Amino acid sequence: MGSSSSDMSHIPDAQELMQETGFSAAHLARLHERFEFLDKDDRGELSPEDFSTVSELAMNPIGDRIIAAFFSPGQQAVDFPSFVRILAHFRPTDANRSRNGRNGAQQEPANSRTNRLKFVFQLYDQDRDGKISREDLLEVLRAMLEMQVEEEQLQSIAERAIQEADLDQDDAISFDEFRKSLEKVNIEHKMSIRFLE
Amino acid sequence: MAELRPARCGSSARLTAAFLCVFLLVFLRCASASRDVVHPGGSTQEDFLQQHSNSTEHRKAFPVLAFNYEHVRKPFEISLWILLALLMKLGFHIIPRVSHVVPESCLLIVVGLLVGGTIKAMEGAEAPVLDSKLFFLYLLPPIILDAGYFLPIRPFTENMGTILVFAVLGTLWNVFFMGGTMFAVCQIEGAGLGDVDLLSCLLFGSIISAVDPVAVLAVFEEIHINELLHILVFGESLLNDAVTVVLYHLFEEFSHEGSVSIGDALLGVVCFFVVSLGGIMVGFIYGILGAFTSRFTSHTRVIEPLFVFLYSYMAYLSAEVFHLSGIMSLIACGVIMRPYVEANISHKSYTTVKYFLKMWSSVSETLIFIFLGVSTVAGPHDWNWTFVIFTVFLCLVSRVLGVIGLTSIINKFRIVKLTKKDQFIVAYGGLRGAIAFSLGFVLTDSKMKHMFLTAIITVIFFTVFVQGMTIRPLVELLAVKKKKESKGSINEEIHTQFLDHLLTGIEDICGHYGHHHWKDKLNRFNKKYVKKCLIAGERSTEPQLISFYNKMELKQAMMLVESGNAAKLPTVASSVSMQNIQPREPPRRRVIPSVSKSREEEIRKILKANLQNTRQRLRSYSRHDLMIDPFEDNVSEVRLRKQRVAMERRMSHYLTVPANRQEAPPVRKVGFESEHQVFTYDDSESPGDRSVQTKPSSAAVRLLNESPQRPDQSDAEPKPKAQDDQEEQLKLSRCLSDPGPNQEEKES
Repeated sequence: MGSSSSDMSHIPDAQELMQETGFSAAHLARLHERFEFLDKDDRGELSPEDFSTVSELAMNPIGDRIIAAFFSPGQQAVDFPSFVRILAHFRPTDANRSRNGRNGAQQEPANSRTNRLKFVFQLYDQDRDGKISREDLLEVLRAMLEMQVEEEQLQSIAERAIQEADLDQDDAISFDEFRKSLEKVNIEHKMSIRFLE
Repeated sequence: MAELRPARCGSSARLTAAFLCVFLLVFLRCASASRDVVHPGGSTQEDFLQQHSNSTEHRKAFPVLAFNYEHVRKPFEISLWILLALLMKLGFHIIPRVSHVVPESCLLIVVGLLVGGTIKAMEGAEAPVLDSKLFFLYLLPPIILDAGYFLPIRPFTENMGTILVFAVLGTLWNVFFMGGTMFAVCQIEGAGLGDVDLLSCLLFGSIISAVDPVAVLAVFEEIHINELLHILVFGESLLNDAVTVVLYHLFEEFSHEGSVSIGDALLGVVCFFVVSLGGIMVGFIYGILGAFTSRFTSHTRVIEPLFVFLYSYMAYLSAEVFHLSGIMSLIACGVIMRPYVEANISHKSYTTVKYFLKMWSSVSETLIFIFLGVSTVAGPHDWNWTFVIFTVFLCLVSRVLGVIGLTSIINKFRIVKLTKKDQFIVAYGGLRGAIAFSLGFVLTDSKMKHMFLTAIITVIFFTVFVQGMTIRPLVELLAVKKKKESKGSINEEIHTQFLDHLLTGIEDICGHYGHHHWKDKLNRFNKKYVKKCLIAGERSTEPQLISFYNKMELKQAMMLVESGNAAKLPTVASSVSMQNIQPREPPRRRVIPSVSKSREEEIRKILKANLQNTRQRLRSYSRHDLMIDPFEDNVSEVRLRKQRVAMERRMSHYLTVPANRQEAPPVRKVGFESEHQVFTYDDSESPGDRSVQTKPSSAAVRLLNESPQRPDQSDAEPKPKAQDDQEEQLKLSRCLSDPGPNQEEKES
């Protein structure tokens, strides 16, 4: 992908986006291509139907959640910058963390561990109350287990999961508890897509 | 209390150790002496016959006691050696201080040296040498199978690229570097090495370069290093077998010719692919066969473990027939077979497989190191200072250079880069071991062979002793990340699976066919087609999460049983609270609510009533079935069910009541029988399975349906109102039904 400036001109605020998300020009161009590919009716923004054209997503147990994650609550369209910002969560971590250190004023990059976890947390927490309640968890389990399991089994698993993670005994998993339960998982590795390096 | 123990242990340990030494020396003396006594001993019978025929002489009395050693000589000696090895192993662990500093492999080699020395000192006795056939056919396979069967798949596949690069390119680099530089060394005048040609040097290089899985396992097991490094070094040691095999044969063939042409080199490359892929394919076939066979073993549970062992061993031997890589074949077989076999076999068979593998590999490893020591003393040596010193030095250098060079290439492709510390450990962990020795041993006899052997042994000793002993303090010094002891967490499992789906989805959105995409496709294929074929019955559709969950429940239940039901049981045992229930806690402390006498009595009555059934069942024992259960199909079904419901209700509230020690064990025993009858129970309760991980839990669920006093699992019963009750009863039933406490850590 030659990073010819002509490509960049199609992309609004390319420089800003690159700065914000840490993508290189080549990557941004590639993502823009993909964006345009998905955007069938060429409106410059994606709607949920556009995402559904990706066939594998239909088979994915949490496919609808992922699609919903791209859209801010209430909106039915996602433009390119938002598209890129979401995908920035999956960019592999930079080897040198200089960006973090120097610009104190700048926000943590999207692919920091905390932000990644926040993204995942939001996928669980569909009602956006800041906690993963038992119902939320049950929904997730139902989706992942694809109706193969009886309700009580689901209940016991959810119960157990909450018991394990819930430290302040409020019968729901807050973001900190969520983060703690994942402390042994190498999120930087797991949530990185090399394509987006 | 804790302080007194070691002191006493120390003195008694020393006594025991001394006793053991004396014991084994006596053994040896007997063994070798008995060899000398062969003639008189063996001919006692002939004497007798002779004398009987010369009946003109005075009749000899019927010999009450005769001595005939020849008859049992071979098995006797083999058993003696194994016994010696195991006694030594035992001895080391009694003396804690030594085993903490010195890795076991070193100690065993030292023992081997001593034994070899002793045997040599006794004239007329020949020491058993580490015969290559013995090594490759009998001693090595159990270790490799153990390693392959329990290979942690996830880290292995995640780091596959790195491992392959190290194994193939790293070994190639080592071979050629070693061969080349040794040849240069041989050119040095005054070393007396002028007659060693390039090909021989390359051959030597190919023998000495391969990292040895046995040595790596022996040393790395003890230092508990983090998973990534462990799998890198260990995976490399396994996969470099193909390279070693090809290069060794190549150079050996042509060392007689004297030169290698380009055509031969190209054929060598082709050979490499054939050897490795062929080996994997052979293993694959046998693995599928094994998995398929295990589908039908529900009626003959006793022989299940044998299928696992035999199919794997056959895979190894079949690969060896064609000069393919036996090690890779064995690994492939174990890896392929495992998920399906474990879904099919019973819990006890699973335990058996696990313990037998560990047992055999342990014995093999011990024997290998002891024999290494013995062979060192026995073997003809040709010590050449220059050659040996340079060999050791260059081995280290080539290893370090290789690792550094390759890492700089690899890191461009890795998401999680390898740090300098990691590189150091990988380089330092490149131990050589018995494989190198055996390969050297098979060389055709020549003056060079002895020199090579000496050098090989020196390198092995150096790596095992020096590197093996110092790696632990170095790991501490460099503060390398250790293995995290993680209790299985259902949260982690859920989230990991969630993340897998998430990443697959994002990859699809990006249009990128990456790692997750293919893994997902493989999983779907597996679920849809393969599992249906290879897994028996209703277990073929169990989701992984469910099996994981069941496995955790089972583990907790077993911990409960083990800890003797003393501590208070929370309504739903979470792993956090489970940590509080330590067996070490004084069992007398009861934090439970007291139960009314009448309730206790009721429970005891029920238990006794059902326990009587147990004894009747125990009587009908046959060698072919673990149990024959005359009781199940009878009238008492309804009554039993009623009892079960009553029991379950009580048990769920007063789990800790049967505190009487006598109650617990007999209850436990009942579980024995229930093993192999697969009762029809409700599918919804216990999962059908899609097993990618181990499935002992489902077997446990099966277990508990047999014995009538188990709280009923069948769905015919009215569902208990509180979900807690259900939890408890599930747990309790699993608890009670499993006979053997099983302290396995999570193995994945």
